[in-house]
Amino acid sequence: MEATEAAKTTVDAKGQSCPMPVLMSAKAAKELAPGETMLIEATDNGARSDIPAWVDQTGNELIESSEEGGVMRFLVRKK
Amino acid sequence: MSENPVNTEPESMTIIAFSGDLDKLWPTMILSSTAAANGMDVTVFYTFWGLFPLVKDDVRITGYDSMTKMLAGMNAPGMKKAKLSKMDMGGMGHWMMRKVAAKNNLLPPEDLFELSKDMGVNMWPCQMTMDLLGIEPHQMVDGLGEPVGAATALKKMANSNISLFI
Repeated sequence: MEATEAAKTTVDAKGQSCPMPVLMSAKAAKELAPGETMLIEATDNGARSDIPAWVDQTGNELIESSEEGGVMRFLVRKK
Repeated sequence: MSENPVNTEPESMTIIAFSGDLDKLWPTMILSSTAAANGMDVTVFYTFWGLFPLVKDDVRITGYDSMTKMLAGMNAPGMKKAKLSKMDMGGMGHWMMRKVAAKNNLLPPEDLFELSKDMGVNMWPCQMTMDLLGIEPHQMVDGLGEPVGAATALKKMANSNISLFI
């Protein structure tokens, strides 16, 4: 994941339950300038669909997502 | 052709928080905070039993006469004292539910309530219920909107994409 290196900020929501991964992502997104990216890490099973849904709802862009060892990673670009 | 101005406004959700039960406060707080995170304009209108969780936890009793005081006693004002909607078993139910939630890293409703407020969710107490049950503004938590009535709540609901009664 080369793009991961470029992420302006990382949201560590590992161990957090719904709705915290989304709330933490929303908070982090506020700090970003349009075009900047952030990496969201979560372990809550709901995040698998919730983060893409939140990205969709807010008009941001999901660049890539992956899952490894129970940790989901989402690279998101702010619109 | 004029543009539809509604399309330029953020999506909106209104929740009528009728219940003061712990297991109903949770979805109210989860949905309101998440909707705010989604960029929606969110309003929660607290009415009837839903008003008791807005009373400060250190206020033991509300009301202006024996009956309203007794109702407050039976409903345990304060969000931290909220009971389960069924099988509360004299407090065992909500105690266990909170334990299970904490173990699974689910924030308690009072924390999600604070987060929701921070994200700009409008918290509207029902004026009529406040008068009916004798709940004074100074007995309620900070950061609430002005008390409003049914017509104001309905106007908000009429302009909302999502309206829920919980």
